[in-house]
Amino acid sequence: MQIFLFLLPQLVLFLSVMLVFGIDLMGSKEKKWLPYLALTGAVISLGISIYLYGWMDFEEGTVLGGMIAIDSFSIFFQIFASLVAVFITLLSMAYMKVKSPYQGEFYSFILLASFAISLLALSSDLVMIFIAFELLSISSYILTGFFRHDPKSSEAGIKYFLYGSLASAMMLYGMSLLYGATASTNLVEIARGLVGIDPSLNWVVYPAIVLMLVGFGFKTATAPFHQWSPDAYEGAPTPVTAFLAVGSIGAGFAILIRVMITALPEFQMNWAALITGLSIISMSLGNLVAISQKNIKRMLAYSGIAHAGYILIGLVSWESGVLGTVFDGLSGILVYLLVYLAANLGAFAVVTAIEHKTGSNQIEDYAGLIKRSPLLAGTMAVFLLSLIGIPGTGGFIGKLLVFGSALRAEYYFLALVAIINSVVAGFYYLNVIRYMFFQPLDEPTGEEIQVPGSISIVVVLACVFTLLMGILAQPFIHFVQTSLKLVLS
Amino acid sequence: MNFPVLSAITFVPLLISLIVLIIPKSKENLIRWSATILSLIPLALALYVYYVVQADPGTMQFREEYSWIPALDVYYRMGVDGLSAVMLVLTALLSTLCLYYSIYTVKDRVKEYYFLFLLLQVGMTGVFVSLDFVFFYVFWEIGLVPMYLLIGVWGGKRRIYASIKFFLYTLTGSMAMLLAIIAVYLNTGTFDILKAAAAQPFANNLTYAAVAFWAFFIAFAIKVPIFPFHTWLPDAHTEAPTTGSVILAGVLLKLGAYGLIRIVLPMFPEQFAYYSYEVPIIPILAVISIVYGALVCMAQWDLKRLIAYSSVSHMGYVTLGVSAAAASLHAPGADPISAIIALNGASLQLFTHGIITGGLFFLVGMIYDRAHTRQIKDFGGLGVKMPYYYGIMMVTGFASLGLPGLAGFWSELFVFRGTFAVIPTFAMIGIFGLVFTAAYILWKIIQHVFLGEFDQEKWDAATHNAKITDLATFEKVTMWPLVILMVLVGLYPSLITRLLNAVSTVLLNNF
Repeated sequence: MQIFLFLLPQLVLFLSVMLVFGIDLMGSKEKKWLPYLALTGAVISLGISIYLYGWMDFEEGTVLGGMIAIDSFSIFFQIFASLVAVFITLLSMAYMKVKSPYQGEFYSFILLASFAISLLALSSDLVMIFIAFELLSISSYILTGFFRHDPKSSEAGIKYFLYGSLASAMMLYGMSLLYGATASTNLVEIARGLVGIDPSLNWVVYPAIVLMLVGFGFKTATAPFHQWSPDAYEGAPTPVTAFLAVGSIGAGFAILIRVMITALPEFQMNWAALITGLSIISMSLGNLVAISQKNIKRMLAYSGIAHAGYILIGLVSWESGVLGTVFDGLSGILVYLLVYLAANLGAFAVVTAIEHKTGSNQIEDYAGLIKRSPLLAGTMAVFLLSLIGIPGTGGFIGKLLVFGSALRAEYYFLALVAIINSVVAGFYYLNVIRYMFFQPLDEPTGEEIQVPGSISIVVVLACVFTLLMGILAQPFIHFVQTSLKLVLS
Repeated sequence: MNFPVLSAITFVPLLISLIVLIIPKSKENLIRWSATILSLIPLALALYVYYVVQADPGTMQFREEYSWIPALDVYYRMGVDGLSAVMLVLTALLSTLCLYYSIYTVKDRVKEYYFLFLLLQVGMTGVFVSLDFVFFYVFWEIGLVPMYLLIGVWGGKRRIYASIKFFLYTLTGSMAMLLAIIAVYLNTGTFDILKAAAAQPFANNLTYAAVAFWAFFIAFAIKVPIFPFHTWLPDAHTEAPTTGSVILAGVLLKLGAYGLIRIVLPMFPEQFAYYSYEVPIIPILAVISIVYGALVCMAQWDLKRLIAYSSVSHMGYVTLGVSAAAASLHAPGADPISAIIALNGASLQLFTHGIITGGLFFLVGMIYDRAHTRQIKDFGGLGVKMPYYYGIMMVTGFASLGLPGLAGFWSELFVFRGTFAVIPTFAMIGIFGLVFTAAYILWKIIQHVFLGEFDQEKWDAATHNAKITDLATFEKVTMWPLVILMVLVGLYPSLITRLLNAVSTVLLNNF
């Protein structure tokens, strides 16, 4: 019974996938209400997962033969996955109606991918992780290449697929090595097996860590495994880009955290060193390349790579037993993820609204946006300021926590690189604000932009979230800290 | 519980900005007047705070403390002593004057302008009243965004370059400060500015103390600005709209100096003294700012740029005074009275420079609105045509060069009187700044702009036949409060110094 209740949000999501897909197959008539059906499924799933978080006491542990972890971390990501499903569906409604006749397929894949996110976050066994990982990846490939008549979209899909399958293969190889060293695929069992492991086996574990990091690095778009992201972001339908930038990356960090902290605490010295390197490369490369981007989706892709670098700082500076104290790294990661996701979702919602109306994603076409749509320009400014980390927005709280955890763990160099990068990042975010507010309109095309209702809901909610997390951060940090009771061995 | 006066001063402008946001765009006059009249509330409250604080200016009063983010140990802490009370009055006064002046001068995007300006006031006021590092930092940064937009939207020709330069410079400093704040927290276990100072962070680790000291120092030095971090200032000042320059010079620069006095000096006295006396980097930079700034002024032909550089020079006095106060800790035989005098001079300079240079920027704006040029060479003989303007410019200019009887005199006198007793070499070099200041004000401004024969043809050619009119009523109303203050503080400096002296004494006695 407990298992059933716990997995109810997933079951609802999966049921909605089947319903949307099945109903779409029946009869040839176009069914305009399918998106609403998908939305209803996502909302129900969200409601149940919030209920589970607030009102249910689960016995923590693993179920289904150790495949699934029941803990508050899982519920946190169940809520996250349902939120992603709700928002991406809302974002797609007006946009996809014009762009594609294949409504049923699109929404069922969005729901399926969200289902995969929550499944990935709560798996506690390498086999389950791989299955969920692949489910998420394959749905993402299809969604990215959804406009098959648009060469950019197809190219993005193929590129994403090729990189992804290579990364999956390497990750699987790493997992098999880990199995070889510990004779188990269960994360908790692996952790136990690694305690006091025969030193001669270290050279099985090291490559295993490296190879698995390739897979996770791919999913979280961390440099140097990021090459797919700018092209995929640019070519994919914009709501799908938002999904990749928010949902997919969130899932990647969820599983990265769980594997590293549950299965590999014994080797923290080793993976922390590797991740420090990844973090530095990601921050520096992402920010520097983002400066020269002309397309806003590409710019946000590179900025996402940079933010992945900031988030990794929190993981590097994780120490066991400091949870709940000021500046512990893990709360830093999750808070940063929350604020980054809210700001990024909002930014992509604005991009969707503008592309929907003008068909352009060039930053220079944002000139004079303040006159054409004060709502979009104003909220976009809030999102960008949050990504810079200006106080009053959530981004500041995220940066404060992550930098604080770096200093606390005495990673001074990492903190220094991070602040230098924050200033560099200020430059290209401000560039967009500059276009929106300072550049006059030179063409008569500058009529007002009408924002579809469903998109403006997303924009306004994301903006409210971003500001709330900056001004009243306490409930969010508390929420994160209670969600961090991982299943530790 | 008492009425939270400081929260009211800080957040009433936010409330007004929201009111402005609600009023429909087309009702521009309603927006202008309601914002201006309502901004008298924080001004009245600031005067009330000044009145109450002066009874016992050495202690923190009007304390407010609530838990804000318990998970991060961040509190909502506010309090004022004599120094912050003076700065509060300055901020509220200049903001109200700017809002009033804008009624007649800002025609474009009125609603957004007033909204951003009031937001800026929230940020500035907050810095002067907050006693918690994170809280302080929040306000410090919040002011940045509206100022960036004010320069970028309502500024001059090179506004985009200037605004982004301003933003990135300040952001660099703030980021360094953020790390330093976190480091201080990890060392002392509190974000409380007063408690952290009392705990003397990193007292046992000189390397870390020096790093944290420089992180704070650079963050504030960029804002002051101290040479070589000053290059954003001439651009930002020149391109900003008139009121933007007034606020930049009048208040924003003061934030940096205030940080030096309120945070760096009490928290890192040893480091401050070391880098002021044994390795005198700070007084050297201060003296360079003073002399170099004044020399650059002599070479400027753009009136606004000239006054911008004069700020670099004048803020150098502040740095010099603070570093002399710090150096007294290590200088053998330095008497504590001189240190206190130097610090008094530095903090008085914050106030006097605020009203004087604020006034000068208003005056430049007024002539620019008429002539649409700021080139000094285009003017000449304006004294005949605009006698009222000439009169007010003379008072303000003389106050700026430190004529006895006007406000600027006292702050400079105190700074040099204090500095001579502690680090005489630097005082001697710095005194040249005074000479150059007198030179550029008399020669560049008074002589070139106002004296001589008025040449109608040259004026017409330079300004495309602009009409010359003397000051309008609203311009007189804007300038009079500042002029009165210049004279009042000039004749009776104790009005302000009484408050500052108590703060300086407490600060330096705690060493």
